[in-house]
Amino acid sequence: MSDSAVTRTTSAARAATIVAFVVLVAAAAAPWWAGRADMRLMSELYLYLSLACLWNLMAGYAGLVSVGQQAFVGFGGYMLFALTIFGGLHPIAAIVLAGLLAACLSVPIASLIFRLKGAYFAIGTWVVAEVFRLSFAQISALGGGSGSSLPVSVVKSLAASRSGRESLTYWLALGAAIAVILSVYLFLRSRKGLALTAIRDSELAASGLGIDIWRAKLEVYVVTSALTAIIGGLIFLQKLRISPDAAFSVNDWTAFVIFIVVIGGIGTLEGPIIGTLIFFALRETLADFGTIYLMILGLVAIVIMLTTPKGVWGLIRDRLDLELFPLAYRVQLDETRK
Amino acid sequence: MIEWVSAVTQGVLLGGLYALFAAGLSLIFGVMRLVNIAHGDLIVFAAYLGLSTTMTFGINPFLALFVVVPVMAGLGYILQRGLLNRTLGEDILPPLLVTFGLSVILQNALLEGYTADPRKLSAGTIETASLSVGGLSVGVLPLLTFAIAVAVIAGLQWVFYSTSAGRGFRAVSDNQEIAQIMGLNKAHVFGLAMALALAVTAIAGILLGVRTSFDPSIGGGRLIFGFEAVIIGGLGSLWGTLAGGIILGVAQTIGGKIDPGWQLLSGHIAFLAVLAIRPNGLFPRVDH
Amino acid sequence: MPEPLLSLNALDARYGDFQALYGVDMQIISGEVVAIIGANGAGKSTLMRSISGLLPNESEQVVFKGRPVGDWRADRIAKLGVALVPEGRQLFPSLSVEENLKLGGAVGRKGQWSLDAVYGLFPVLKERRHQASNALSGGQQQMAAIGRALMANPELILFDEISLGLAPVVIRSIYEAFPDIVRQGMTAIIVEQDISRALSVSSRVYCLQEGRVSLTGRTDDVNRDEITAAYFGLAA
Repeated sequence: MSDSAVTRTTSAARAATIVAFVVLVAAAAAPWWAGRADMRLMSELYLYLSLACLWNLMAGYAGLVSVGQQAFVGFGGYMLFALTIFGGLHPIAAIVLAGLLAACLSVPIASLIFRLKGAYFAIGTWVVAEVFRLSFAQISALGGGSGSSLPVSVVKSLAASRSGRESLTYWLALGAAIAVILSVYLFLRSRKGLALTAIRDSELAASGLGIDIWRAKLEVYVVTSALTAIIGGLIFLQKLRISPDAAFSVNDWTAFVIFIVVIGGIGTLEGPIIGTLIFFALRETLADFGTIYLMILGLVAIVIMLTTPKGVWGLIRDRLDLELFPLAYRVQLDETRK
Repeated sequence: MIEWVSAVTQGVLLGGLYALFAAGLSLIFGVMRLVNIAHGDLIVFAAYLGLSTTMTFGINPFLALFVVVPVMAGLGYILQRGLLNRTLGEDILPPLLVTFGLSVILQNALLEGYTADPRKLSAGTIETASLSVGGLSVGVLPLLTFAIAVAVIAGLQWVFYSTSAGRGFRAVSDNQEIAQIMGLNKAHVFGLAMALALAVTAIAGILLGVRTSFDPSIGGGRLIFGFEAVIIGGLGSLWGTLAGGIILGVAQTIGGKIDPGWQLLSGHIAFLAVLAIRPNGLFPRVDH
Repeated sequence: MPEPLLSLNALDARYGDFQALYGVDMQIISGEVVAIIGANGAGKSTLMRSISGLLPNESEQVVFKGRPVGDWRADRIAKLGVALVPEGRQLFPSLSVEENLKLGGAVGRKGQWSLDAVYGLFPVLKERRHQASNALSGGQQQMAAIGRALMANPELILFDEISLGLAPVVIRSIYEAFPDIVRQGMTAIIVEQDISRALSVSSRVYCLQEGRVSLTGRTDDVNRDEITAAYFGLAA
């Protein structure tokens, strides 16, 4: 009889760990080798990657398809401005607090919009984002509809020199992306994560297994709201200027994020990473075409959704049987283990 | 006092337009459980189609209906059979994400074709005409819009409950497999339903364009108004949709009366309040 | 032997990876009434789904009126002249009784069956024609489901478990209408778990067991023991 064992690790995953480590070291050292514009671009990439991972957790695993995540991006941004300007907080403290406030706020919101099912839930999240946008446009202390800039004193409190500030915001963006990817990964490996996967595969069966679906979804919603607000804070710490239309833009913070996840592969951890790389590559080459570029992006997303619903990563995985983030269990026979 | 009565009247009349935004959305959800995220952009697209028609032929926007309605209906049939039917199934993601992609494509295609400048359909003297009823001045155009909305909803109600096409819609909605066994081709029935929905959308788009100026970015907002009217009224009820539109319209005009910045916000709040108190809407369909 | 109205040729029906039928061969001659019996899970409903087009097969595996229709959509097969009385009635709840019947006639085939003819067969449906279909009793719903299938004026009508869940007295009254249904030469396939009921109205019988035909013959020729063996698989 051959010996067999059940394991999550694969050789591809081990190789991926080594590659990831090298990439991380290089990325962390960017302030010493990259130019100012490149660092800005990379920061933006990390923040989009984070938003994509969070949206993917909601839509791809918890079945909560939101088109209103801009509510929390904008909320995080506005809290950064409000808490530093009126509360006198350090920007980093303000961003962390913004995340906590978003978590608190998301509970009553969820209790309302969870009453809507499927696609109607999606539009409900959009209504909430509109309520946020219109409400912040009413606050004249934050510039009303035209918005405001982060005061110089607040900006200087980050670091005295410009290059110091740029390095710090860069590292914050990188750190946030790593933290988001790790927490999503660890969450999915946990008991709760398994429950979520069960819900995705069959809501009926999951409730039969005694999983409290409503609660599991609520937890995902609260956590992603908090983390999305933190990423929002970091986005506007880079931009240094905020306005209701920029903060709560459905195109910038939801449409692009959805395209990233769909193109990369929804419901996989690797998908958002691949999708973000493809998205930025497309954007950097086609951005001059403006509206045409957006039409192409929409078209690509439709074609992928219809032909390869598991996205680019799904294609790669099916061809090569790869899994970089070991989530699935595999049975290994003795011979192959040797 | 009279200004409040006037605000409520305007809100009721505005509600007719919102009911038209909602009717198409409600219809396709009822027949095929599809929520079309591009619905608002299709309304705006119809308004631009109306603009091109009035400019090309030099005709009144209401006459342009005779062009825009059939064009939109044909487009709806092709869109459904060529694209949307492939997305329907157990999984809610494909229809949602495909119509979302469609929304972005439409919006940017309109930007490319018509620029971001606000446009308006000019209907001539009717726009400024008004009737005076007991000291209350009511615009003829809003009144006409409301009358058209009521007529359209009555028409949809008739199609749904008194024609063989409507019987097919309800049968497919009840049980797709058995309907197919009875000789109904569900791909075709869905195509017809989308054609009908976009015909209504065409009317909504023209009336929107005559009432206010529009630009390619406003589709999302129209989708939201339509959606709110559907949920306030209760899913699956066409007359409920009209009631939902009216409640939304009144909430907006009263909010706007208190503070112009509160117009849209109070509409959304009315929607959230209904969701909190009556999650199934005010007039949910009661199945026999 | 005349050209069969329906023939199944080595039909292997599958749901994804699960195979429900294994090489089923069957010939039904025009005007015949054939019973299909078998235990739960023997593949009877799968057979009905395959014939009516709800379950796609290979083109030549189902031949109706000389045409290979195994890969046709259900609505096209319906227009060619196959109607199904589905298991569990499955009337449309949003439609009234009369609307359900009219919908059955929507395939547009001409013949003896019309609203009046159906009301003549089941007078109680006429009394309740404007009521919602789910306001009817189980037996009345079954009558409406049969009427709906007849409205299509099919050449082949499939009855799937029409006595399921009904009281014996109701079943008897429904089966009393049976001779009227097939009098004008309509071909029928009856799927039943109630063996004696099925045998009493049919001229030929197929017994299915675990997806295969385990017995076939003229109703008059097969005896009880053979059927029991074929039904439960007790034969050596």
